Amino acid sequence: MVKQTLTKEYILQLLSVIPDPEIPVVSIYEMGMLRDAIVQDNGCEIILTPTYTGCPAMGIIEQDIKMTLQAHGISPVTVRLVYNPAWTTDWMTDIAKEKLRRYGIAPPLHSSCTLDTFAHNIVACPHCLSEDTVLVSRFGSTACKALYQCNDCREPFEYFKCH
Amino acid sequence: MTKEEALYKYSLKMGDNALVHSYRLSEWCSNAPLLEEDLALTNFALDMIGRAQAFLTYAGQVEGKDRTDDDLAYRRSERLFTNSLITELPNGDFAHTIARLLFVSVFERYFFTALQHSSDTTLAAIAAKTLKEVKYHATHATEWTMRLGDGTSESKKRMQAAINNLWMYTGELFETDEADAMLQGLNIGVDMPPIKENWLQYIKGTLAAANLTLPEDTFMQTGGHKGIHTEHLGHILSEMQYLQRAYPDAKW
Repeated sequence: MVKQTLTKEYILQLLSVIPDPEIPVVSIYEMGMLRDAIVQDNGCEIILTPTYTGCPAMGIIEQDIKMTLQAHGISPVTVRLVYNPAWTTDWMTDIAKEKLRRYGIAPPLHSSCTLDTFAHNIVACPHCLSEDTVLVSRFGSTACKALYQCNDCREPFEYFKCH
Repeated sequence: MTKEEALYKYSLKMGDNALVHSYRLSEWCSNAPLLEEDLALTNFALDMIGRAQAFLTYAGQVEGKDRTDDDLAYRRSERLFTNSLITELPNGDFAHTIARLLFVSVFERYFFTALQHSSDTTLAAIAAKTLKEVKYHATHATEWTMRLGDGTSESKKRMQAAINNLWMYTGELFETDEADAMLQGLNIGVDMPPIKENWLQYIKGTLAAANLTLPEDTFMQTGGHKGIHTEHLGHILSEMQYLQRAYPDAKW
C-alpha cells in the first residue's frame, strides 16, 4: 500500500460519513460532535464532544471511529472526550436539521434557548408542517428529544430539544 | 492538604452525589405513575450517570493513582463515599422522590452556575455542560411540586409530608470543609453562602406558590461528606458493586 502523509482533513473526511447511532440519517460530523483530529505519525487522536453527558451512543461512536480509521491503515487511534466548549444544537448544520425533519424528528428551533421559552415555542409538525402542535412530554426516547403531537394530522412526533 | 488532594475530594463528592442520586432515580424505571414520568426520571438518571463519569474520571486523574471512574464507583466501600445523605435515602412515594429532586436540583442549578466560572478549566467545562441538564431537572421538580401541593387533599398531604421529612437533610448540601475553603480561595471552588441564600429564596417561593408550608429549621442531619452514612448506602452498593466484587475486572 502506498503510504500517504496523513492530514487532518483526510481523517475528518473519512469520519464524516459515520452515522449517529441513534439517528442514522445524520452523521456525527453534521451533529457537531466531531470536533478535531490531531495527527500523530501514522495514528491520530480524535476529539469528540458528547451531546449529553450520559449519552450512551458515545461508546458506539468511539468504536465506529476506530474501526473506520483502522480499515484505512491508520493506527493507533485514540478518542478523547472533551466537554469544553459544551455541545450546543447551534453546531448542527442546516442540512442536518432538514434531514432530521424528513426523518420525522422536528429539528431544534434555534440555539441559546432557555427553558422559559420552551413552553412558548411553536414546533412545526415534521409530517404535515402544521404549527398547531402540543407538547406531550419534555422527555422522550433519548435524552435529547421531547415528545409532541400534531393537532392537525394527529401524528405523534419527536422534537430535538434546543440545548 | 495539597491542592490536588482538595481537588480530588471536591470532584469525588460531586461524582458520588450524581452516582447515588442516579441510582435511586433509576429504580423508578417501569414503576413511575405514568409513562412520560418514567421517561423523565430515567432521563435524569442518565444525565447524572454521565456527570458521575465525568467527575469521577477527573477525580481519578487528579489523584494520580491510575484509578478510573469505574474503579472509584465499584471498588470503594461506603465509608469512602462522600455523597450527601439525601441522595441515598429510599425513594419513598412519588412525592418524596419529587421533593428530593427539588431540593437537590435547585441547589445544583445555583452551584453549577457558579462553578462554570471556576479557574479549573475541567471543572468549569463539566459544570457548564451539567447546568444545561439540571435546569430541566429543577423545572420538572418545581412543576410537580406545584401540581401535587396545589392538587387534591391527598396529594397535598403527601407532598407536605415529603417536604417535612426531607427538610433535615437539606442543610448538608451547603456544608463546606477544609478542601472547599482551600479551593474557594484559589477561585477553583464556589462561595457557598450566596448559593444557600438563592436556594432558600427559590424554595420559599415555590412552596408558597404550591400552597405548602416551609418547615422550620430544627436539627440538620450531617455525616455523608465524611463517609458516615445511613444504613441505605450499604444496600445500594451491595447491589451496584456486586458484579465487580464477585468477578473483579469482568468486562461487558
